[in-house]
Amino acid sequence: MDSFPILTLMLAVPLIGALGCLFASAPAARTIALVTTLIEFALGVLLWVNYDIGGAQWQFTERLPLFAGFNYALGIDGIALMLIVLTVFLMPICIGASWKSIESRVGEYMAAFLLMETLMIGVFAAQDLFLFYIMFEAGLIPMYLIIGVWGGADRIYASYKFFLYTLLGSVLMLIAMMWMANDAGTTDIPTLMAYDFAPEAQTWLWLAFFASFAVKMPMWPVHTWLPDAHVQAPTAGSVILAGVLLKMGGYGFIRFSLPMFPEASAEFAWLVFALSMVAVVYTSLVALVQHDMKKLIAYSSVAHMGIVTVGLFTFNAQGLEGAMIVMLSHGLVAAALFLAVGVIYDRLHTREIDRYGGLSINMPYYALFLMLFTMASVGLPGTSGFVGEFLSLAGIYKVSSWVTLVCATGIILGAAYMLWLYRRVAFGEQKNADAAAMPDLDAREWLMMAPIAAAVLWMGVYPESFLAPMRADIAALDARLARARPEGDAHFKLGGAKPAAAAEHGAAPNAADEGSH
Amino acid sequence: MDWSTSLSLVAPETLLSVSGLILLLVAAWGGDRQARGITWLTVAVLFGAGLMVAPALCGGAMGGDTHAFNDQFRADAFASYAKLLIYAAAGAALIVAPAFFERVRAMKAEYPVLVLFAALGMSIMVSASDLITLYIGVELNSLAAYVLAAFLRSDERSAEAGLKYFVLGALASGILLFGMSLLYGFTGSTSFAGISASLSGGLNGGALFGIVFVLTGLAFKISAAPFHMWTPDVYEGAPTPVTMFFATAPKVAALALTMRVSLDAFGSQVHGWQQIVIFAALASIVIGALGAIGQKNIKRLLAYSSINNVGFMLIGLAAATPQGASAMLVYLAIYVAMSVGGFVAVLMLKDADGAPVEKIADLAGLSQHRKVLSLCLAMIMFSLAGIPPLFGFWGKFVVFQAAVQADMIALAAIGIAASVIGAFYYIKIVKILYFDEPAMVVTGKSDWMHQALLALSALVISPLGYLLTVWLGGLANTAVAALFFAV
Repeated sequence: MDSFPILTLMLAVPLIGALGCLFASAPAARTIALVTTLIEFALGVLLWVNYDIGGAQWQFTERLPLFAGFNYALGIDGIALMLIVLTVFLMPICIGASWKSIESRVGEYMAAFLLMETLMIGVFAAQDLFLFYIMFEAGLIPMYLIIGVWGGADRIYASYKFFLYTLLGSVLMLIAMMWMANDAGTTDIPTLMAYDFAPEAQTWLWLAFFASFAVKMPMWPVHTWLPDAHVQAPTAGSVILAGVLLKMGGYGFIRFSLPMFPEASAEFAWLVFALSMVAVVYTSLVALVQHDMKKLIAYSSVAHMGIVTVGLFTFNAQGLEGAMIVMLSHGLVAAALFLAVGVIYDRLHTREIDRYGGLSINMPYYALFLMLFTMASVGLPGTSGFVGEFLSLAGIYKVSSWVTLVCATGIILGAAYMLWLYRRVAFGEQKNADAAAMPDLDAREWLMMAPIAAAVLWMGVYPESFLAPMRADIAALDARLARARPEGDAHFKLGGAKPAAAAEHGAAPNAADEGSH
Repeated sequence: MDWSTSLSLVAPETLLSVSGLILLLVAAWGGDRQARGITWLTVAVLFGAGLMVAPALCGGAMGGDTHAFNDQFRADAFASYAKLLIYAAAGAALIVAPAFFERVRAMKAEYPVLVLFAALGMSIMVSASDLITLYIGVELNSLAAYVLAAFLRSDERSAEAGLKYFVLGALASGILLFGMSLLYGFTGSTSFAGISASLSGGLNGGALFGIVFVLTGLAFKISAAPFHMWTPDVYEGAPTPVTMFFATAPKVAALALTMRVSLDAFGSQVHGWQQIVIFAALASIVIGALGAIGQKNIKRLLAYSSINNVGFMLIGLAAATPQGASAMLVYLAIYVAMSVGGFVAVLMLKDADGAPVEKIADLAGLSQHRKVLSLCLAMIMFSLAGIPPLFGFWGKFVVFQAAVQADMIALAAIGIAASVIGAFYYIKIVKILYFDEPAMVVTGKSDWMHQALLALSALVISPLGYLLTVWLGGLANTAVAALFFAV
C-alpha cells in the first residue's frame, strides 16, 4: 500500500465528480455526487483498514516538488485519519439530505459539496504548511456559495459574515507561517512540529494562529458567525459545517499551536480556559432561550467546542484524547441533530420549536432517533458523548478543579436545554394539527439516520476502535508538551490511600484505564 | 562598444518602429477597410518582437554586454521579462478590439498602429538606464495612450477620459521632468549608474527632492495612491479594449521602470525612498479597497481593483531585496493574466442588441443563464481577492513572503489585514452573480476570440496555475539577477 497514492486519489475523486456535476442535469448530478461520495467512503475505509497502528507516525506519505516555495506533501497520522474518516462518512449522508430539499441548481450545489470534500481531506492530509493553508482557506469559497445560494431568507448577511470573519482570522496566520518557514528554513509540518522556536517569537506566532483557529472553532467571543451561518445554511451545509469544518479549528490547535509552540501554549492556557469557560456556560444559557432549533444546536456546538479547547490545553494525554473524542462525537451528533431538524423542516418548513409538539405520537421512529442523539449530545454513558466529555473532564481535573467545576456545570446546562428541546418537540400534546399530520421517516431518512446512530453507539460502547490509531500520536504530543506542562492543583494518586477521592470518582479508574491503554 | 552591437541590442525596438511606420502608411492608403488585416499584422509583429527578446531572458543576459549606446539602454533579462508581458498584453488588447469597435463602426486602422507605438514606448521604458531614455519612453507611450483613451470620438465619456488622461499625464510628466532636472543638478549625471555612484556618497536635500519628484511622477503612471485619482475616470471612459490595455501593459512598464529607478539609480540610498513606497503601498491597498465598495460600474470597480493590486506589488518594492523584486515580477505576470481575463469578461457582457453592459446591478443572477461566463468571472474575482486555491493568491503570497524575509513583519501584517477589506467588494460581485435574482440583461452573444482568451486566462488563474510557479519564479529570479547585477 505504501507506493499507491491513495491520498491523492482521495483528493482527485471528488474533484472529478465535481466537474462532472457542474455540467450534468439535476438527477444525474445527484447520482454522480452520491456515487462519488460512496467511492470516497470506500477509500476512507480502505485507508483506515490499511493504517498500521503502532507503525510509523506518518503513513501514506507522498511528496512531489511541484511548486515553488512549498511542496505537494501529503501524509496522515492517527488524528488526521480519524478526521478524514469522519469526513468521508458524513459526505454521502449530506448528499442524501440534499436529495429532495435542493431543487434549484442541483449541479452547482453538488459540485460545491464535492469540492468541499476535496478541500477538507486536503486540510487533514497536508504535510506542508502552505499546502495546508491553501486547503484551509479555499474551503471558504464553496461554503460561501452554499450558504449564499441555497440558504434561508437572511443568507446574504450570513454568507458575508462567514466569509469575512474567517478570512480575517486566517490572514494573520499566513504571515506567521511565512515567518516560521523563514526561521526554520522548511515548510514541512512534521519537521516544524519538532522545531523549537524562540519563546518570545512563540508568543506572537501562537496569537496569530489562535486568531485563525479560534474563529474557526469557534470560541467565545468570536463565535457569532456560527449561529447565523447555521441558521441560514441548507441542512447539508449545517451538517458539514458542524460535522467537519469546526473540527479544522481543533485540528489546527492539535497540529500547530500545541506541538509547535508549547511554551506559548502553556503561557496562554489561562486565556483558552477563560474563554472556554465563558463559552461553555454562556452559550449554554443562550441556547436555553432559543426558539429556533438550528440556533439552539449551533449554540450547543459552541459549548461543546469549549470542552474541546479546554481538553486540548490540559497538556495531558487524557485531556487530548478526550478532546479528540469530543470532536469526533460532536461531528456525528451535531450532524445528526441538524439532519433531524432538516427532516421535520422539509415537512413543515419552519424551525420554530413551538410549531412542533408530540411528534413521538405520529413519528415514533423519528422520536427514537432524536432521543438517541439528544442523549448523546447530553453525554449519556453508552453514547459517544459520554466518553469524550468524561476523558476531557478527567484531564482538566488534573490541571484545575475550578475549570472542571465550571465545565461540568456547562454539561448540566447542556442536559437542560437538550432535554427541554426534546420535550417540546417530541413529547406533550399535539397542539399543531399540521405537525401532527407529518409522516414518519421514509427509507432515505432511515438510511441517513441509522448509520450515524450505529456510529454513535459504537463510539460509546467501544471507543478503543477510535482511540487506538490516535494513541501513539497523542502520546508523542504529550511527550513534546512535557517540558511546558503547568503544575496542576490536583495531586491525587490513582490507587493511593485516599478513600474519599476514590469514592467520589468511582468511575474514574475504569474510564481512565479505557482511555490510557 | 561599437554601433553595430548597440544596434543589434535594440533590434526588437527597431522592428517595432519600422513596422509601425510601414503599417501607418498601409493604414493611410488602405483606409479603415484594412483595419482587421493591420491588427493581425501588428499581433504578428509583437509576436516576432517577443521571440527576439525571449533569448535574453532565458539566457539570463546581464552586465556590460547588454548595455547599448554607452549604457543609455539595457537589453538585459529584466527588460526582456517586462517586454514579454507588455507584448502579450498589447497583443490581447489588439485581439479583442475588432469585435468591440466594429459594432459602433469605429474600427479604425490607426488603432493597432497606436497600440504598437505605445508598446514601443513601453519597451524603451523598461530598458531605460538613463533619465533621457526614460523620458523618451514615457512620452512615446503616453502620447499614444492619450489618443487611445479618446478613441471613440463620438462618445462623450471617451473624450472626457482622453482629456483627463492628457492633462493629468502632462502634469505627471512635468513633475517627473522637474525631479530629473534636480537629480541631474545635484548628482551631475543622467545615467542610472552615475546617479547611483554619486548618491552612494551621501544624500543631500536637493537630490532627495529629486528622488521624491521622480517617484511622484512614476506613481502617477502606475496609479498608486495618492496619485490615483485619474484611474477610475479614465478606465470607465476609455473603450473597454483600451481599458484592458491601460490596466495591463503600461502598469507593467511603469512598475518595471520604477523598480529599475528605485533599485538601480537610487539603490544606494534605499532609506531615502523606502518610506515613500511603504506609504504608497498601504495607501493604495486601503484606498483601492474602500473606493471600490461604492462603485456601480464594473470598469470603475476594476480600476480600483488595479489600484489595490499596485499597492500589493509595491510591498515587494518596499522590501528592497532581490526576493521582493522577484515577487513583484511574479505578481505582475499573474496580475496581467487576471486583468486580461477580467476585462475580456467585461467585454463579453452585452445586452440583446450587443451594446456593452457595464452596470454591476445588471449582472444580477448572471450565473443562472450564463454559467461558464459567471464561473470565469467569479474565479477572477476570488483570484483578485487573493483567495486560494486560485492563482491570484500566489502573487500576494510571494510579495508578503518577501516582506517577511526582509523583516518587515508589521508592513506585511497591516497589508494583509487590509486585503480583507478588498475581499468584501470582490465577494459582493460573486454575490450579485450567484445569489441575486436574474436581471436577464446580459443576453448578447460573444465573439469566439473573446471566449478563447477568457478560457486561456481562466486556465492560468485556476489552481492549475500553481504548476507554473517553479517556471515563473525561475524566470523572475533570472530577471532580477540582471537588475541587481550592476548594484
